[in-house]
Amino acid sequence: MATTKRTVDVELSTTGLDARGRPQRVPLVTDAAGNVVTLDAPPALEPDLEGDHMLINIGPQHPATHGVLRLVLELDGETVVRCIPHIGYLHCGFEKTGEYRQYNQIIPYTDREDYLNSPGNNVAFVLGAERLFGIEITERCKVLRVIASELSRIISHCVWLGTFCIDIGAFTPFLWIFQQRERVYTMLESWCGARLTTSVTRVGGMIADIPDGWTDDLANFVRTFPKVVAECETMLSKNAIWVGRTVGLGAMSADEAVNYGLSGPMLRASGVAYDVRKDFPYLDYETYDFDVPVGQAGDVYDRYLVRVEELKQSVRILEQALKRLPDGPVNVDDHRVILPPKSKATSDMESMIHHFKQVMEGPRPPIGEAYVAVESPKGEKGYYMVSDGTSKPVRWRIRPPSFVNLSAIPKMVEGHLLSDVIAINASIDIVMGEIDR
Amino acid sequence: MSDAPFTPVLAGYAAGSEQPAPVTPKNVPYHGGPTNPSAGALKARFGDAIVRVDVVWGETTVIVDRARVNEIVRWLHDDPQQRYDYCSDITAVEFRDLERPIEVVWHLRSIPFRRFLRLKTLLPKGQPLAVPSVYDIYRGADWLERECYDMFGIRFEGHPDLRRLLMWEQYKEGFPLRKDFPMRGRFSRSEQLRQALAQNPETRYSMEELSIAEAFEDLPADMRQRLGGGEKVGE
Repeated sequence: MATTKRTVDVELSTTGLDARGRPQRVPLVTDAAGNVVTLDAPPALEPDLEGDHMLINIGPQHPATHGVLRLVLELDGETVVRCIPHIGYLHCGFEKTGEYRQYNQIIPYTDREDYLNSPGNNVAFVLGAERLFGIEITERCKVLRVIASELSRIISHCVWLGTFCIDIGAFTPFLWIFQQRERVYTMLESWCGARLTTSVTRVGGMIADIPDGWTDDLANFVRTFPKVVAECETMLSKNAIWVGRTVGLGAMSADEAVNYGLSGPMLRASGVAYDVRKDFPYLDYETYDFDVPVGQAGDVYDRYLVRVEELKQSVRILEQALKRLPDGPVNVDDHRVILPPKSKATSDMESMIHHFKQVMEGPRPPIGEAYVAVESPKGEKGYYMVSDGTSKPVRWRIRPPSFVNLSAIPKMVEGHLLSDVIAINASIDIVMGEIDR
Repeated sequence: MSDAPFTPVLAGYAAGSEQPAPVTPKNVPYHGGPTNPSAGALKARFGDAIVRVDVVWGETTVIVDRARVNEIVRWLHDDPQQRYDYCSDITAVEFRDLERPIEVVWHLRSIPFRRFLRLKTLLPKGQPLAVPSVYDIYRGADWLERECYDMFGIRFEGHPDLRRLLMWEQYKEGFPLRKDFPMRGRFSRSEQLRQALAQNPETRYSMEELSIAEAFEDLPADMRQRLGGGEKVGE
């Protein structure tokens, strides 16, 4: 067998950047003893880590950081001594942009901050805007918004469960649960035309009423979805590997969790039964019969149990919402905030004026401010809006739940192993779009 | 795990069982309506430090003296009749009227009493923007205060690690959410690009990480001087 001899010309070089950010290559040569040395080597760029502790960098581009999160860890062997998170890689200034937009024009931005929970954000934002306008929405709209919020809780928790499985090493439940998520997205698509960036609400109502036969799809989903959740639970809850990789990790006591400002499943896993839907209700949530699951230990395993139980409770709420969905108008009958129908806008003088003023100037709320919080899948999501009487808010503030939850990660990972940092980080359910905004 | 019976912390437990279950607020009046009882208690306790109490859209706002914010929040947190143990949000508002003072806003919740209170303090223009930090009361205030500093340039006195959070540490354009900051940024696109390309990747090490590595002394002299000299953030 003939062998060929190939000479591969490898450009050996050290990394470095010049002042303009271009890579700077330094050729390598061998000395007499055969050791590789650099010609005119620049002074070492990396700090020489002496001592027992090691500094390790995770992210910002790393699949297990769920976006662009950078964690700098100080390790003693494999144990985390300190953790410094760095965020801001996805900062796009939604709050600043919102100051230059009318209220209805801000709704698409709410899709894009917590992009796994778009319908829920749309609902939360318009609830705040309606408080500022002093609008009471119709009964049908309330129920439709509850349906939108709970569906978005289901898709967000589905994504969380799937990606958490992947992070820990289980692959099958990821496929099962993402199929269900696709079903919800298909339903949302037939409602509002978009799958991910829904913009399903408007100030004073919804973008549209649900299409014919949509409730049958939803009823079908509500009937079949719990089976898939049960299958995933069978795969995971008693699984030795799963339990071994989640129990006892990142535990927060109830007092700590409250003091760190955790919310949502993170807070409830620590044993605090605080749910905005129960304690500061909106959209008549007090009339729905559902339970608030609470964990005991506040560790990663409890967060998993709480979220899975919340999936089932969301299904319960959806069942009740389907039963009570009343007939009637979706939008409020107030053409200062809701566009008149197009046919009337072209034939009726008054409707045309309303249409023109709304499109050109936008609805104007009175001077005031409102902070409206809802229970998003991640926790307490608040929108704080300040109006100075013009059609654009002076300040639009998002209270991002996963931002505050993530700020507790240095406390949670302290003393755990490097591999557990991934599990703890995944258990927070972060969405960098919401954290950086 | 211990065998002691587990009792979850229920919201509203301190208000007693005679307290009616919360309901969705309906037909909220623009001004007036029921005031949060903590506002009256604050007035009785702190007197002059409480500048004004407003109720707008059913939410009580208490405007307090800037110098006593930490003291007031600590009392709200510790007093057995208030127990504001949860800090929802810390942010600031600058108005389009540039004469109007900047407002720093704290949204506090009392989980035991199911109450919500908005505290505000006014920072007049032309004076240094600084308020006391509440980091020693709520650990959750850490990033919220850092973000507020990053976006508005308000210094939270007493915060142990007040640095930029969302913007990078060498960001030179100022504070993005201030009204005198144009939406497209203070520098031109070409200048922004030039600065981004001229960035030295070494400078992304923060002082904190260098102190962890204990490698500060081993750095080249010019880098040590640049980082140790404390390049001013922003401004």
